[in-house]
Amino acid sequence: MPDEQQDRRPQQAQSEESAPESQQSADQNPRQEPAQPEKLSLRSGPAGEEIRDVTSRERGRINRRELLKLLPVVAVGAFAIPRLREPLLMDGLHFSDWAAGKLFGRHRLAQTFSNSAVVPFERFPYNYYDVVDPDVDLEHWTLTVEGLVQRPGEYKLAQIQAFPKVVQNTRHVCVEGWDVIGNFGGTRASDFLRGIGADLTARYLEVECADGYYESIDMETVLHPQTLFCYEMYGQPLDRGHGAPLRLQMPTKLGYKQAKYLNTVRVTNVLKGGMRGYWEDQGYDWFGGL
Amino acid sequence: MAANANVIETPKPQTITVAYEHPLAVRIAHWLNAVAVLVLITSGLRIFRAFPSFGPKIPQQNFWVPPPGITLGGWLAGALQWHFTFMWIFVGSGLTYVIYQVVTGHWRQVLFLPRDVKGVWPMARHYFLFGKKPAVEAAYNPLQKLAYTSTIFFGAVSFLTGLVMYKPVQFWWLAWPMGGYHFARIWHFVAMCGFVAFIPGHLIMVLLHGWNNFYSMITGWKRDPEYLD
Repeated sequence: MPDEQQDRRPQQAQSEESAPESQQSADQNPRQEPAQPEKLSLRSGPAGEEIRDVTSRERGRINRRELLKLLPVVAVGAFAIPRLREPLLMDGLHFSDWAAGKLFGRHRLAQTFSNSAVVPFERFPYNYYDVVDPDVDLEHWTLTVEGLVQRPGEYKLAQIQAFPKVVQNTRHVCVEGWDVIGNFGGTRASDFLRGIGADLTARYLEVECADGYYESIDMETVLHPQTLFCYEMYGQPLDRGHGAPLRLQMPTKLGYKQAKYLNTVRVTNVLKGGMRGYWEDQGYDWFGGL
Repeated sequence: MAANANVIETPKPQTITVAYEHPLAVRIAHWLNAVAVLVLITSGLRIFRAFPSFGPKIPQQNFWVPPPGITLGGWLAGALQWHFTFMWIFVGSGLTYVIYQVVTGHWRQVLFLPRDVKGVWPMARHYFLFGKKPAVEAAYNPLQKLAYTSTIFFGAVSFLTGLVMYKPVQFWWLAWPMGGYHFARIWHFVAMCGFVAFIPGHLIMVLLHGWNNFYSMITGWKRDPEYLD
């Protein structure tokens, strides 16, 4: 026991590289004669590395102790265990979403572009998860408004278009890695929601689409000045493939958040059935912010 | 006992000389980073596979489609989960390492500076053309400094371009110095190639230098360091 204590004391005291060299070797091996003077003359490496002469037992003890200190690294190995992997990756995804929400500037505008930077209409891709044209009856279409609003009900397109029209050239970014700059026209979501007396302190806007697609958007983004209920692209009414008659258009979100063929919007604090979005419920991140 | 005493008069403890080469912070950062880089490269290639081009969507011209065997995540969303989880570990360990080096002054051992340029070729000649080994009077030779400093550079480029790709609206001001939004994706890929170039060379050198050298990156202590010979 006393041996052990003697071994330990100098090690702790000498954690600093700059410990006086002669003292160090004397302290450390009180019993050892200067048997190899040529080695003892250099007591630190070229970069000031601490050098010690230890018995193999001491070396084993040092190595075991240092190995224990690396345990935090071994924790990463949890990702290799199938049962733990999924929840850990979900934690990572949710943490990223949380950070993304904190980063989001409610008044920070996405870049807008000149008309010459806008991609020709034919080169604006049609994106859909199931059918490009869900056969919406455009004649009799109405938007169902539900949830925390003072005037819920059915809204005609003309009622949505009665609000000031915003036209913007903004970038549409797909999670796959491509992007296009398009021309979009519509009503500010914030104008419409204010107009119908929506509770703007609610957490989400939920939307349901004619093709079965569904999405939910954080209220911060919904109230962003560039978030549109979009009914025009390139100066023309939305065509069927791009979401006629009404879609979301948010230059602060990835493409999969920009739901098309809107049927229902709902202002809510709780997501219906816990469903967050078509792709999100399969593993994509919910915030999807840019 | 009596017979032994005749042979060995005064039993001296056998000692081993060890040097503390890698502080704990460096070792933790190194191994977390090793795992993170591997995960980020393989999941990144899976993400790239979703749109393996640097051009427009229409018409799409593929640059290179990574084979699934070298990718992680199974599909785009799975790969993004890995990427969005390990990016925190990568940035965390990278920043820990850089801050530690700056605070302790150890950066002087590793950082490749203009004065190291002249030492690169003799060292490369030694490694690749079996030339005479130049005398090394520092902890790391110029070629090592170049390699290690490069990884820090690749890491910084990956981080900054990654930020621009991940949140281009919030970090719009970062896109400009890298040549615009589209270049962020290109530089991100180039930095990945830098890591891919570094790793085999690094592993070969580790293999050549044997267990003792490798073990020192785990325990911090190296047995019989070469500069004491």
